[in-house]
Amino acid sequence: MRHKTFLWFFLPTGLAMLLFIALPIVSVVTQSIFAPHQAVLIEVENCTPLVGCTTETTIDQEATAQLRAEKPLGRFVGLGIYFDRGHLAVTEMKELWTTTDSIGAFLSEMGNLPFYRAMAFTLTFVAVVTPLTIVLGLIIALAINSLHRHLKGLMIFFSLLPMIVTPLIGSLILFWMVDSRGVIGSALVALAGDPDFSLKASTGLMWVALMVYGVWHAAPFAFVVFYAGLQTLPGDQLEAAQIDGATRWQQVKYVVVPHLMPLVTFVALIQLMDNFKVFEPIVGFNAAAHAQSLSSFIYNDLGGETRQLSSASATSVITIIGVAILLSPVLVRTWRDFKGAR
Amino acid sequence: MFFRKVAIASALAITAAAGSAFADCEINARVSIVGNEFAAIQAVGAAAQECTGASVESNLTSEHQTINVAGLSGNPSEYTTAIIANSSIVALMNEDVIRPLNDLVEKHGDGLQASQLIKIGDNIMAVAFMANAQHLMFRKDILEQAGVEVPTTYEEMLEVANAIREQGIMQNPVGGAYKAGWNLAQEFNNMFLGYGGSHFNAGSAEPNINTEAGVNALNMMKALSEYMNPDFLTHDSNATNAEYRAGNVAIMNMWGSRASQQTTTEGVLEEVVAGHAIAAPLTVGGGSTPASTLWWDGWTVGKNISDAEAEATFIAMKHGIRPEMLNEETSPLAVWLIEGYEPTDDAQGVFASAQMGTTPYPMLPYMGLMHSALGNELADFMQGKESAEQALADAEAAYRAAAVEKGFLE
Repeated sequence: MRHKTFLWFFLPTGLAMLLFIALPIVSVVTQSIFAPHQAVLIEVENCTPLVGCTTETTIDQEATAQLRAEKPLGRFVGLGIYFDRGHLAVTEMKELWTTTDSIGAFLSEMGNLPFYRAMAFTLTFVAVVTPLTIVLGLIIALAINSLHRHLKGLMIFFSLLPMIVTPLIGSLILFWMVDSRGVIGSALVALAGDPDFSLKASTGLMWVALMVYGVWHAAPFAFVVFYAGLQTLPGDQLEAAQIDGATRWQQVKYVVVPHLMPLVTFVALIQLMDNFKVFEPIVGFNAAAHAQSLSSFIYNDLGGETRQLSSASATSVITIIGVAILLSPVLVRTWRDFKGAR
Repeated sequence: MFFRKVAIASALAITAAAGSAFADCEINARVSIVGNEFAAIQAVGAAAQECTGASVESNLTSEHQTINVAGLSGNPSEYTTAIIANSSIVALMNEDVIRPLNDLVEKHGDGLQASQLIKIGDNIMAVAFMANAQHLMFRKDILEQAGVEVPTTYEEMLEVANAIREQGIMQNPVGGAYKAGWNLAQEFNNMFLGYGGSHFNAGSAEPNINTEAGVNALNMMKALSEYMNPDFLTHDSNATNAEYRAGNVAIMNMWGSRASQQTTTEGVLEEVVAGHAIAAPLTVGGGSTPASTLWWDGWTVGKNISDAEAEATFIAMKHGIRPEMLNEETSPLAVWLIEGYEPTDDAQGVFASAQMGTTPYPMLPYMGLMHSALGNELADFMQGKESAEQALADAEAAYRAAAVEKGFLE
């Protein structure tokens, strides 16, 4: 009976999840293991304005249409696309392993492969931005919580601004400021004393700018969550701590933070996911030369003149797997807490 | 030859225009246009919308190429025509979503010039209406001040740039749309073709860029970038133009389609307006073919629509590019391939490109993949992180992976 009730209760959610989560994933996985058919190429005479006629290669549409009609899904390639140079680059990695003589050389050569280079940036971004966002969000929440109640509303509004601004616009504003003719850019030029100094031309500084943007944009989210949590602080515990002579720092450390811990887990989960999929600042900062992420690969695959659907699908699946791996420690912990609670 | 054709055509057009100045356009099925967003295409779209009898909708956006394949797939498809260039028609042909126009040209094609018809084998796949090419734009006042001649080769451009910097007139006199991605790859294509390179082995999809021409092209780009704003890898053609209009750049390779608006937009410095000049594209490495590519823009008709819609689309789009649509306002917007067009001063750069035998942008099924691969892999070299050979090998490898996926290579 209890199970039956649960089933009916869960059915609408379950159906929605099947429709909007499971099916798209199945579709993406299918697309990633099939590629377009071998193109049937023919030579024809092309005639164009100003140039006249030349012999060019083109696709034999009739033959291709026939191939497509026979096998509409395309050519089965299995994990071929996952292992090609644009993704895990298995052959290239094996070759590098045998040809390089030190780990350092191996790692630096590996940076030449797009997937690993993107992972280097993405993981650094995740590792730096996530904790900084949490710490900054907590500091803002504590600061605003201790303000006089007349000031709180105004300060909350201003603290939320970075999140209200559309990500792309936010990153563009920062991008223009760091331009060599922008406010921050010119200031840096003056500080460095080098007229050719450019933040945008330096990979390291570009990474810093992207991460600063990441923290700036996400901190309000952490702040809102923590601020809500602070409203439920156990007053008697805090009072007891004060009577025991705890300093403000000690109160935060031993009462406030443990109280907010479930929220920290929540923010960490969301931020890990979001930061792993970093995308808008890379576009907004025109940072493609310095930093790439899996999301920007998908964007490139679909935005080029010839769309690479299979490649984009494979990258999507890798993104899902990557997020799952990143989240696994937090998920395992939550699961343990849940079992412990029972 | 082209000039003569235009002259004869314009003489003819003047007589013709007197008779049918306000030719009606009556259609009986829907027309829906998707295309790029710039002044010349907007003029064509607006003229097509003069047609009556059925709806003519248009969606002109700079993101057109991300939606035109999807918008022409499906049956019936969302759009009945896509306005494309020689690079983007390839994607539509690869997916088989546009129809041959032979019968429609026969029925309604009077007034179109033979040179406007884009023929792939026996099939007419598009009707071109404008030409485009990148060529030189420069500040004659700055060049005079520096006491140098207008360059005709990239080697001379380096000397000019050096003279301007040495004399302290400008720190970074050279402009270039070198933004990592499509723009950077396009500048490589120009330079590579200028050095006599060809992207593929003849008749196959095998890449052929890691060659002497490729290395020379990259080294020349690197040499030029030394005279550019240090942010050059983030500058697309809009940003490069902004630098030029602000008087920070004295010489650059720029799109002909932008020539007419170069000094007429708001906020252009007076000395830039006075000193602005255009010239033919440059050659490089002692070659005679300019380091540039020749482009055309035209329209196609979708395959997945009814014959009535296809006919209506052809009539409306032909109305959009009829000789009478050229007037004082529209003529300077582009280098039109339309009968009766008389080249304005702004058009001389593109005409010079055509006369000098500039290579057309390769219209090959796999060129889009090559362009993307170059755009992703060349930035490392431009930043001095790797050698030219390594960057070209990387680009070839990236291209190969994509071409294998798309079935162009085994």
